[in-house]
Amino acid sequence: MAMNEKYEAVIGLEVHAQLLTNSKAFCGCTTKFGNTPNSNVCPVCLGMPGVLPVLNKNLVEFTLKMGLATHCRIAPKSIFARKNYFYPDLPKGYQISQYEEPICQNGYIDVELKDGSTKRIGITRIHMEEDAGKSIHDMDVDTLVDVNRCGVPLMEIVSEPDMRTSHEAYQYLSAIKQIVTYLGICDGNMEEGSLRCDANVSVRRTGEKQFGTKTEVKNMNSFRNVERALEYEINRQIAVIEDGGSVVQETLLWDADKNVAVSMRSKEEAHDYRYFPEPDLVPVLVDQTWIANVKSALPELPAERRNRFVDTFSLPKYDADILTLEKELADYYEEAAAKLAKKDSESYKSISNWVMTDVLRVVNEEHVKVNDFPISPENLAAMVNLIGEGVISGKIAKEVFEEMLKTKEHPRTIVDQKGLVQVSDAGALEKIIDEVLANNSDQREKYRSGKTQLFGFFVGETMKATKGRANPKIVNDILKRKLGE
Amino acid sequence: MSITIKEVEHIAALARLEFSDEEKEKFTHQLNDILQYIEKLNELDTSTVEPLSHVIELSNVFRDDVVKPSISAEEALKNAPAKVDTLFRVPKVIG
Repeated sequence: MAMNEKYEAVIGLEVHAQLLTNSKAFCGCTTKFGNTPNSNVCPVCLGMPGVLPVLNKNLVEFTLKMGLATHCRIAPKSIFARKNYFYPDLPKGYQISQYEEPICQNGYIDVELKDGSTKRIGITRIHMEEDAGKSIHDMDVDTLVDVNRCGVPLMEIVSEPDMRTSHEAYQYLSAIKQIVTYLGICDGNMEEGSLRCDANVSVRRTGEKQFGTKTEVKNMNSFRNVERALEYEINRQIAVIEDGGSVVQETLLWDADKNVAVSMRSKEEAHDYRYFPEPDLVPVLVDQTWIANVKSALPELPAERRNRFVDTFSLPKYDADILTLEKELADYYEEAAAKLAKKDSESYKSISNWVMTDVLRVVNEEHVKVNDFPISPENLAAMVNLIGEGVISGKIAKEVFEEMLKTKEHPRTIVDQKGLVQVSDAGALEKIIDEVLANNSDQREKYRSGKTQLFGFFVGETMKATKGRANPKIVNDILKRKLGE
Repeated sequence: MSITIKEVEHIAALARLEFSDEEKEKFTHQLNDILQYIEKLNELDTSTVEPLSHVIELSNVFRDDVVKPSISAEEALKNAPAKVDTLFRVPKVIG
């Protein structure tokens, strides 16, 4: 029996999402990233004695959005707590968080697995808290601290231990990113730390009911790293057990360069947070009216949009998956689709192909954002319209596309300027084809004697002679007739 | 419920405080006295009383999500015993 069948992993994720508020969680300092160190601070977020935090309403609103988008129960009353620990990037000596009575509880996200099936991953809780500052360790001597990030609002999403493979964890995390970006409450960027993920991992023999001893894996700062780190840790634990040993409960840091998870010294994790209710903040009460208001203002969520793309645009599920992966891309597609001259499934699919292959290729290769894409959705649709009208061929369109990337011009302008209009004049094409046939009499003989695969050769020669502008359908028709003579 | 010297040492460690043996002994007694006094509260039946998280009967105190001016980095660093540019400088945390 293969190792991965003999054992199964149990994975739970804790995801921190930095919320896109203008100001911090408990003071009016800006949340803007990249300013001069220690310039986005005030007595409140510096933890000066005698100051009082006041809760940013959007921290509650944004967390409610997430809670409702993930089917959570919203606590009618929730309170803040102090999580006490000493670290230089935490000036107050405690983090304001929620412990008992978090604002969102018992939700779920449905994620899609490789075999096309859907798995429901439970969400234990989503709570509000504040971020700590940044420590810079890579100096020769001391540690340097920038507390600009102190007090930036975070939402922590804690899953049930429902995931069984690193792929499921990856899918769950992707779904979270998708939802927060659709909601516009977090930019979802793991590399820049606005979305962070810690994992609790254990393994047990398949079929066993009890959980094994778990370890916590931290410092996985990309989606790929989460999958790799979990894979590593699952295999490590299995190997320990197979060797007759037992897994030690500890915290591990993923080292992406070396591809290993390294144990943190146990002294570092001798935590005892002594949570207690935050006396400086009053309870948050959320009534049914508030819930209804947030609910009615929720945008269309990824799963709904995916289904609508399949229904409205008759797209294959595969296309809908890719197009709705990111909200910006889905918006781009939808704007382009709205500008199509022919609203039929063929045109919808055609523009889907352009977006999935050509637009995404440029986006990935050039690292441009979809919102900054040089070709507007209108112009892309106009180009597909030109193909539909027979003005240009699909092949010429590739050339037009490249030109639009460079000049941002309307495709019609490019076609006119460059003389790319498709030659559909049968008489003109017939003349050209006659020449092609006359110049290649050998091949023509071979074709006649049965080498019909040479048909493509004649098409190619005709295209060459017209610099690719010949209408392929008409060329085919004429060639078939002439070669059959 | 009573506190042992071990717990006093644990709390002291969490607070990054160091005490002599006599002090630890003293604090163990003092903490126990305090707890014993508080223990009196258990004589009351509070099973029907909701836990109080705040002494003021207030809820939903919010501020709008509006940026207010911060203080300058120079001001922020005024009390710092050591700094590099506008960064606080502290003893090395992780090796």
